[in-house]
Amino acid sequence: MLNKIRITHVFVADQDEALDFYVGKLGLEVADDIDLGFMRWLTVRVPGDDPDRVILLEKPGPPAMDAQTAEQLRELIAKGASGFTLGFSTDDARKTYDELKAKGVELTDGPTEQPYGIDFGGRDPFGNHFRVSQPAGS
Amino acid sequence: MSRAVEESNRRMLRARDAMDRAYTEPLDIPALARIAHVSPAHFIRTFRATFGETPHRYLQRRRVERAMFLLRETDQSVTEVCMTVGFSSLGTFSRTFHAILGESPTAYRKRAVSSVVPNCFGMAYMRPASLPDGGP
Repeated sequence: MLNKIRITHVFVADQDEALDFYVGKLGLEVADDIDLGFMRWLTVRVPGDDPDRVILLEKPGPPAMDAQTAEQLRELIAKGASGFTLGFSTDDARKTYDELKAKGVELTDGPTEQPYGIDFGGRDPFGNHFRVSQPAGS
Repeated sequence: MSRAVEESNRRMLRARDAMDRAYTEPLDIPALARIAHVSPAHFIRTFRATFGETPHRYLQRRRVERAMFLLRETDQSVTEVCMTVGFSSLGTFSRTFHAILGESPTAYRKRAVSSVVPNCFGMAYMRPASLPDGGP
């Protein structure tokens, strides 16, 4: 039987820019940054979370896919077509929102009271949508 | 390789997010065009080419989705719902609602069943599609 989610994946057009954003602005930490020759295996995680749970920041392109396909993928992500990409939790949604706003993160909507908690959303530099929730009762 | 389409899409998405955020306010094409770094006329054309509908229609569907939510989940009157979601006239609200859904707000309220889903999914998935003959 499966027992945990270990690796999830987000396509990013530029891995250095992705690091600036996910580590520099969202405050995640690098788990692995390895040059495998054919690709840069770059993963990040939430500090204090299960150390095995990482997000792979993959750059679309050759050799895994042809240049034209990678281009189409980037164009689709840029118009929001990657949908709901990442959902994080926080102890204090309003405080986290203010911190991210001060860092210049592109936020799509402000902290909103929902039946399931307080949540807000934003986008990474490439168009991937992330959400942050403070679960009800926390 | 040209990144022009990717950059244009990203700017259009920024403007679309701004519409989603401020959906109760009047549609401000010049302000959205500024967010997207294009002229107002170019903005409407490019938005339509990017997302398959005009900014005006996109905003209408956003407002109608919110109206559906309020009709379903609250006791607000149809007039209150109309004002809450950003329409300034009941006539325009009723006509737009009917053009998109094929039924009146009152008829929708009668048959609707409560369904609370996370807001961001509601916004994306419960937004009504336009009828085939619903115009641009």
